[in-house]
Amino acid sequence: MKSIVPELFLLLSSFSLLIIGVFRNTFNKIINHLVVGLLILAIAVIYTNYSDSSVLFGNSYTIDPLSNFMKILVLISVLFTILVSNSYLERLNIAKFEYPIILLFSTLGMFVMISANNLIVFYLGLELQSLCLYVLAAINTKSLKSSEAGLKYFVLGSLSSGLLLYGCSLVYGFTGSVDYSVIAKVASINSGALKFGLVFILCGIAFKISAVPFHMWAPDVYEGSPTSVTTFFAMAPKVAAISALIKFLNIPYGNFIEEWRTIIIVLSIASMFLGAVAAIGQNNLKRLMAYSSIGHVGFILAGLSIATPESLSAVLVYIVIYVFMNIGVFACIMSLNRNGVYFENISDLSGLSKHHPLIAICLTILTFSLAGIPPLAGFFAKFYIFLAIIQHKVYYLAVIGLLSAVIAAFYYLRIIKVIYFDEAKESYDKTPNFGLRFSIVVSTVFILFYFIDPSSLNTVVESLSKNIR
Amino acid sequence: MNFPILSFLTFFPLIGVALILLKRGTEDTTARFSKNIAIIFSITNFCVSLLLWIKFDLKNPGFQFVEETKWIKNFVSYKMGIDGISIFLVILTTFISPLCIFVAINSLKKRIKEFLIAILIMQTFMIGVFCALDLFLFFLFFEGGLIPMFLIIGIWGGERRVYSALKFFLYTFLGSIFMLIAIIAIYWNMNTLDIVQLMGSKIPENLQYWMWFGFFISLAVKLPMWPFHTWLPDAHVEAPTPGSVILAAILLKISGYGFIRFSLGLFPIASHYFADFVFALSVIAIIYASLVALMQKDMKKLIAYSSVAHMGYVTIGIFSFTKQGIDGAIFQMISHGLISSSLFLCVGVLYDRVHSRLIQDYSGVANIMPKFALVFVFSSLANVGLPGTSGFVGEFLTLIGTFKVNYIVSIAAATGVILSAAYSLWLCKRVVFGEFKVNNHGETLLDLDKTEITILFTLSVLTILFGVYPNLILEPISSSVDLVVKNIGNIK
Repeated sequence: MKSIVPELFLLLSSFSLLIIGVFRNTFNKIINHLVVGLLILAIAVIYTNYSDSSVLFGNSYTIDPLSNFMKILVLISVLFTILVSNSYLERLNIAKFEYPIILLFSTLGMFVMISANNLIVFYLGLELQSLCLYVLAAINTKSLKSSEAGLKYFVLGSLSSGLLLYGCSLVYGFTGSVDYSVIAKVASINSGALKFGLVFILCGIAFKISAVPFHMWAPDVYEGSPTSVTTFFAMAPKVAAISALIKFLNIPYGNFIEEWRTIIIVLSIASMFLGAVAAIGQNNLKRLMAYSSIGHVGFILAGLSIATPESLSAVLVYIVIYVFMNIGVFACIMSLNRNGVYFENISDLSGLSKHHPLIAICLTILTFSLAGIPPLAGFFAKFYIFLAIIQHKVYYLAVIGLLSAVIAAFYYLRIIKVIYFDEAKESYDKTPNFGLRFSIVVSTVFILFYFIDPSSLNTVVESLSKNIR
Repeated sequence: MNFPILSFLTFFPLIGVALILLKRGTEDTTARFSKNIAIIFSITNFCVSLLLWIKFDLKNPGFQFVEETKWIKNFVSYKMGIDGISIFLVILTTFISPLCIFVAINSLKKRIKEFLIAILIMQTFMIGVFCALDLFLFFLFFEGGLIPMFLIIGIWGGERRVYSALKFFLYTFLGSIFMLIAIIAIYWNMNTLDIVQLMGSKIPENLQYWMWFGFFISLAVKLPMWPFHTWLPDAHVEAPTPGSVILAAILLKISGYGFIRFSLGLFPIASHYFADFVFALSVIAIIYASLVALMQKDMKKLIAYSSVAHMGYVTIGIFSFTKQGIDGAIFQMISHGLISSSLFLCVGVLYDRVHSRLIQDYSGVANIMPKFALVFVFSSLANVGLPGTSGFVGEFLTLIGTFKVNYIVSIAAATGVILSAAYSLWLCKRVVFGEFKVNNHGETLLDLDKTEITILFTLSVLTILFGVYPNLILEPISSSVDLVVKNIGNIK
């Protein structure tokens, strides 16, 4: 039972914070600080028991180094989300004590998703985190767009959950079990019908990671939600869903590689391509980041489709780098604030280089990294994926992927063009906020200096991906 | 282990960048500080690079000053080294960089600090490209150079700078993805990316063709070779003068170097197979670009097209697989680096004073600016390949080399010499000679100032020096070129 301490810890602490919050309305700030402390503590707890692996609750919940790795990554994204949210929410007057607590609950849901070894547990975790996300999207009750985003996300999300649940029930119907390992055993005998369930479940997960053609919600929700929430959407749920996807594809459906590979490749090509092309016409930075993340998910799926240990470690490296790039970019977007108004359009970036040189340099580095230009971390992320793809001789996927990277480079360059080449506008308020600056600097330093020692992350990740299949 | 001189050369400018970034203070003080730092660091770098020349072992055809450390676990090592082919390109880079910094300090008005940072970073990437002995490392430097150059064109460029910067970036990026695929394919087939090891082992023939092509597209875009050249005139025209100089003098040379090192060194069979194809493209480039240059109204565009034509000689020289051809190609690269820099600087001098690059806006400049006229006419003549200048040696050697292999190509390419005389001399006639008339400017036009004289005269002196005594360059590169020729000759 020792291994489930982090989950219990999160659960109990969020309940107690909830109670404190209800009775002491003025404790907003303190709750925020407490949550930051809790998250750091949770990271420490997981880190100390990093290499433990155990199976709990009748084989329905597994804890192993891979799940611990993903959980730490989720915690890091939540931590940075909270760090960048404080000032943003306060300035918009929507700082509620529930905000960090909902984040914690959603984190708990992600933990359950990551560790699930059973379709029902997986679904439970997914719903717990999704419901929190719906609330978060609509948390700015004063904004019509935010409410719209919440509602849209809720309706579409429920639909996809329905599909996923239907898939689960099909799988259960044909195998008589919801346990991953039992499904894996039965699957080899009774194959045809299970594909049906596979397709439905993949639809559900593809929705959560916003892979094309299940991406339609992403731009609207990203744009409508408060930026701090968008930051969260871009990172944590994706980490959790991809981690669950890795597990789902390789454990219960481990013998079906040929069947699901085609589906994943189609999703991947569509996402990479649409992520690159559709972003060109965008003017809103958050919408642009939505398409950018669709494109990145495409690259991650391309790595998943190969399903060799090398490709899986490439995927893990990609996710880590992706998270750090997003932290930085969104923190930069949240610094565009003048007299309490937040600016979100690409054209609002002009003049950043003149008045805020540090933010400008950081955003430029991060954007080049998103585009995958060496020697920044984003290049290494893509490089490992292509290394795995070409090892498997799937040349067409590599060519399409690289071509869409070139197309995508165009809109990333447009951001840099606006920052440096366009006429300067008025300056924004200086950001004294520690959280924002800390996030920008940490992520930029990580992205910029990643090339010095890429192998240490690789070593960590390789030991994880060996045990997946 | 000896002092890691190549790593020092490569990363020393970055220390300067760090110092500039750390300096706090008013705009004036930081600008002055960054100027000093940039000058000190680039000149130190140049002096250190001269050490390479002194210590270089003429007899050794292999790599010297080799450094190797583990970098990315069991797949990429950090390996640097130079041989006869790359030594002068490194020295050219360290030589041109301080010149650009002087020019920038002299002529740029806005954001001087950022510009110096960009040039210093650029220097790191360019030296790294020529020293890298690992394909992955090479690619890193090769691609990384895009970032500072993109910013140089985009921030300090002319009116259509955004278009040109994007075009430059996307063209090169598109080209280089094919190289990336080829590099990864090499890794999975040969299990190493170490260039020295790869040269010693044979890459299977059926793979060579594809990989050669992957490298070719990328290098041809960067060279630029017809029909991939359209980004160059735009980039040159819009880039600020120091940017144009770096572009013409160094960036274009990366491809020539890449052809010798990779196309010939790693894929000899495919190189033989595709040689005629390269000849055809190069001859088209020489004649077509020269004809286009004749028609240009913009001086920078004219020089840009002349660069395309001159790089055509480099490729025919390389793909003749003869000693003279490759000698000539390397010599041509160095000499073009000096001559085109000088020409671009001359145009920059005019542009700083009159703010126009159009030929029709100038006439009879010699009457008011005699020193300028001297340098300009001299550089144009060197560009034509006047005997006694380095331009002549390069073209002559490549043509001899090609003549041995394919005299039709040689004859066709030689017509380019005539055409280049036509456009260069015509340019001189229109701009320098005749009655003095410059748009909106009376007789107030200032002649070259001290910095400009120093820079331009240094370049001219070197052009003559290498033209009169080419062995200065040909001797050190000789043994390495012999090795390349021998390796590629074995295939036949």
